[in-house]
Amino acid sequence: MAKVKSLDDLKKIKEEFLSKEELQKNGDKSLGIVQIKVAMATCGIASGAKKTMDYLINELDNRAIDAVVTQTGCMGYCYAEPTIEVTLPGKEPVVFGYVDEKRAGDIIEKYIQGGELVGDVIPVNYETIEEHNIE
Amino acid sequence: MAKDKKQIRIALRNCGFINPENIDEYIARDGYQALGKALEMTPEEVIDEIKKSGLRGRGGGGFPTGLKWELTRKVEAEQKYVVCNADEGDPGAFMDRSILEGDPHTVLEAMAINGYCTGASKGLIYIRAEYPLAIERLKIAIGQAREYGLLGDKIFGKDFSFDIELRYGAGAFVCGEETALIHSMEGLRGEPTVKPPFPSESGYKGAPTNVNNVETYANIPVILLKGSGWFASIGTEKSKGTKVFALAGKVNNVGLIEVPMGTTLREVIFDIGGGIKSGKKFKAVQTGGPSGGCLTEKHLDIPIDYDNLIASGSMMGSGGMIVMDEDDCMVSVAKFYLDFTVEESCGKCAPCRLGNKRLYEILDTITQGKGTEDDLFKLRNLGNVIKDTSLCGLGQTSPNPVLSTMENFYDEYLAHVKDHKCPAGQCKALMSYIINPDACVGCTLCARVCPVDAISGEKKMPHVIDQSICIKCGACFEKCKFGAIFIE
Repeated sequence: MAKVKSLDDLKKIKEEFLSKEELQKNGDKSLGIVQIKVAMATCGIASGAKKTMDYLINELDNRAIDAVVTQTGCMGYCYAEPTIEVTLPGKEPVVFGYVDEKRAGDIIEKYIQGGELVGDVIPVNYETIEEHNIE
Repeated sequence: MAKDKKQIRIALRNCGFINPENIDEYIARDGYQALGKALEMTPEEVIDEIKKSGLRGRGGGGFPTGLKWELTRKVEAEQKYVVCNADEGDPGAFMDRSILEGDPHTVLEAMAINGYCTGASKGLIYIRAEYPLAIERLKIAIGQAREYGLLGDKIFGKDFSFDIELRYGAGAFVCGEETALIHSMEGLRGEPTVKPPFPSESGYKGAPTNVNNVETYANIPVILLKGSGWFASIGTEKSKGTKVFALAGKVNNVGLIEVPMGTTLREVIFDIGGGIKSGKKFKAVQTGGPSGGCLTEKHLDIPIDYDNLIASGSMMGSGGMIVMDEDDCMVSVAKFYLDFTVEESCGKCAPCRLGNKRLYEILDTITQGKGTEDDLFKLRNLGNVIKDTSLCGLGQTSPNPVLSTMENFYDEYLAHVKDHKCPAGQCKALMSYIINPDACVGCTLCARVCPVDAISGEKKMPHVIDQSICIKCGACFEKCKFGAIFIE
């Protein structure tokens, strides 16, 4: 990896990453990839997020679904751990709570393969720094 | 702000969104841009921007961050240090852990900016060894940042070098106090010393040292990218921006939340927290951990900020927020926190070492049903003496849970010492399980589950509990199918 020498170098890394991500998200549905983030902070792991993640990876593989499963930090929904965020190609991300192995199976079958919302969907209840404007 | 969205995520902006072990994902969300931008400004300009934002220390004290940086900058020295206080120790608080585990690079970036502003080339993160995952992710993050040249020599090709190392703490509560923290890093006992001199003059190894908390750092890159005006538009007059709280206890949606300063406790507990569990009645909320106090129904509509919480008899603290319902005994709550303080007192000064122990003993006597009204007088008196005479923040605040519960729930204390009753039914010594002879059918189930054979009676005849043997485990109460056993 070449060292970052300027803000432009930094922006290049950003753009490369974003364009790669964009391709996965908004590509034609047949090309797009399902993105799954599993909240893997201490709290999530203690509630079984590691098992959920392993299950997701194996099961998606078994069903030959093209997906990227990554780990992320705490989403803040301790009451509903383990939590996962699923982004279907061309769709908004959806956060599911209480995802044990059984629910993970339901989510793959009904939401990822069938497009039907199942289980406990956690609504977005915050603004991001991009969304918040000076009043 | 949209009415249905009461939270704004600034410090938590990346937590749960990025893979904390991949620096590219942080950069893709504008990571390290604030550092690049800062290096094109003069240190004074950056400090001025932080000052204008109104950011105050998120570790609990609420000291203006920009001013702290300026104080360290003004001291002339060959070597200076920048420290991140990640010694999160309040019971039930995990804000800092979540930031370190979910977005470690934000802390590294902000520390580098701090180093540039104060003139330090070395950063140290003091983190407790109980946070192995946070340590692991920090190590990965530091490695990646070095590889990208974002830590090390000539960062962004400028004449600025900065590197970060980890220092492990053994998890002592007092080491969150900055002088104790510095001693612990030096390999000395984690005991506080009198200020002045402040760490900004003489800190780690006698060099000027700037100590900030994890959450404080997590705000810095956003202030530089979005501008101090944007940041200062959020919050109240004297407390700007947001605060992360670890919402815990008897509330439906326990979790990590980030709300603008000025949000009310009612909004936090009922709107975001989803109200009290099992439809019970709200009783109190504890903020500020072992240094804070309990707030009640009448405080629910006060806008949360540093000054309002202190005026209400509690404090912001690092952000623990524990909600209690009608089943919680406030004397026991005070005792719980005192137990913690007694355990964590470093023992250096007498008021804290001896005073808190005596406070705890009096509380214990009261929960055993052996307290008198005179004990209540002693509690208040001793509490105030400890506050006035202790050496550091730990002792100066440790009586707060006792004093604030006495202030707001004096009736409950009185019930314990005068009527020898615990209104919440939590103090075991003050309650008895009794069998109602009219409802008891003599099924013998209770007698069979009693672990100490305190229940006797003939088959199909009302049973009786021998109070001198009963250990109040509640097994009979849970098993009785006829509701014949009640608590008095």
